[in-house]
Amino acid sequence: MIGALPLPAPLDTADVQRALLACVAVGAFAPTIGAFLVQKRLSLIGDGVGHVAFAGVGLGLLVNIWPVWTALVFAVGGAVGLELLRAKRRVAGDLALALFFYAGIALGVVFAAKAGDLDLETLPYLFGDPLRMSTGGLVAVLVVGAIVAVGIWSLRRVLFAVVSDEGWARVEGLPVDTLGVGLAALTAAVIVSGMKVVGLLLMAALMVLPVASAQLLARSFRQTVWLAALIGLSSAFVGVVVGQVFHLSISGSIVLVAAAVFTVVSLARRSLPAVVKGAAA
Amino acid sequence: MAERAIATGTSLLSAKGISAGYGREPVIEDVSLEIRPGEFVALVGPNGSGKSTLLHVLLGSMEPAAGTVRLFGEAPDRFHARWRLGFVPQRPTLESEVPATVREIVSSGRLRQRGWWRRQSETDRTAIDHAISSVGLAEVADRPLNELSVGQQQRAFIARAFASEPDLLVLDEPIAGVDRASQRRFRESLVHLQREHGAGVLLVSHELSAVSDVIDRVIVLKRRVLFDGSPAELASSGVSLGIHQDDLPLWLEGLR
Repeated sequence: MIGALPLPAPLDTADVQRALLACVAVGAFAPTIGAFLVQKRLSLIGDGVGHVAFAGVGLGLLVNIWPVWTALVFAVGGAVGLELLRAKRRVAGDLALALFFYAGIALGVVFAAKAGDLDLETLPYLFGDPLRMSTGGLVAVLVVGAIVAVGIWSLRRVLFAVVSDEGWARVEGLPVDTLGVGLAALTAAVIVSGMKVVGLLLMAALMVLPVASAQLLARSFRQTVWLAALIGLSSAFVGVVVGQVFHLSISGSIVLVAAAVFTVVSLARRSLPAVVKGAAA
Repeated sequence: MAERAIATGTSLLSAKGISAGYGREPVIEDVSLEIRPGEFVALVGPNGSGKSTLLHVLLGSMEPAAGTVRLFGEAPDRFHARWRLGFVPQRPTLESEVPATVREIVSSGRLRQRGWWRRQSETDRTAIDHAISSVGLAEVADRPLNELSVGQQQRAFIARAFASEPDLLVLDEPIAGVDRASQRRFRESLVHLQREHGAGVLLVSHELSAVSDVIDRVIVLKRRVLFDGSPAELASSGVSLGIHQDDLPLWLEGLR
């Protein structure tokens, strides 16, 4: 284990520094992938995948396998299966999705209760517990972050083309289904990597809220992605500091900061439309 | 222009005896057509006449119940040089609120040609700039699409199809609800593509007035092909279609 860096309080201990690094990394890469999901009009997919991943957590607890692995299998299977059904238009509307996701969380509850762990053991998976992040967990988060960053950067143009206009992209012969499955799998990996950081239920918020703020300020898709990553990263940093100073939940604080940023940005934009447009012209 | 088209070589797109539908009842029946290089063809027909179904079949996104389609001489599922086909979908809009600039949209049109995994080259950038200029959007190239008029947005999507310098351009109702200035620009850019690059154009539209003088052939579809010939022939055959010649523009208008 690496010793603590000489940072000022409340960031002066090794566990807080590991939490800070994990939160800042998740804060940056979750909205990076989120921008493409919002553009694809799948803002809530992260929420749904989180529910399905919980079934994996429950199974892991029941059969005594590290729940991160089982959550990953369920999340990737759920996200990819859903993408394939969506692409073939076999899923009609929100109701089918709701059935899929709620069945996931119900299964998680059943598994976890059967394992006798439906209490304190499951809470960190649902709502995160970054202060108990191990060095191995931190490395896993950083590896997933690096994969997301490299994957999104190298595929950014074709991903943008496909998520912006799927029907046109199919006629053009772009690999719509392959990229859809890849994006779904990456989304699932991001959700699971952030599971012990901000929790399955709050990861989706971190994927979408910074994008919602960024799209109000940015002037291009490229700017939106960078700005969303910057807002996510900053929200995570502020959230960790606020959480530590005021003894609040870190994951809750991060998402509340991201929500506050969105509220401020949208209010400022609404009250100053002329200024924003004038500056843009 | 019709003579030029007839004089040119192999067809860009051909369909023979196409029947297709969604249930037992066919939406289109025994449809045959051909588009040759440099030819400007308008496909018209009333709502529910099967235009969209025919387009799906021609572009390879729907299997016909009968008949064959050839894109550049290949079956649609074996046609891999997709960049040779430029497509402008019906009322394309970005549904999402995420801003995207004209240049970002148009750049997408170049992906298939250069290989989507490759970096953008200087040639790509020149082609993208050229496509943007040819639809008159150079001054707003770096502005978000959602700040532009409907007509300008539509032209951005046309430029996306131009970016691959296609040999065949297929447009589905591209000027519905577009202002006059944009319609004029639209006409100029199509003529430019057709004359400069010798591309063939298949335009599915109700509003032919903006391009009436550049159309080589009109195909009238109502489940079957009712007519396939030059606009002049259509005018003279108005009577045989059960419409008086003087009423022809109105009749075409009435196809809405």
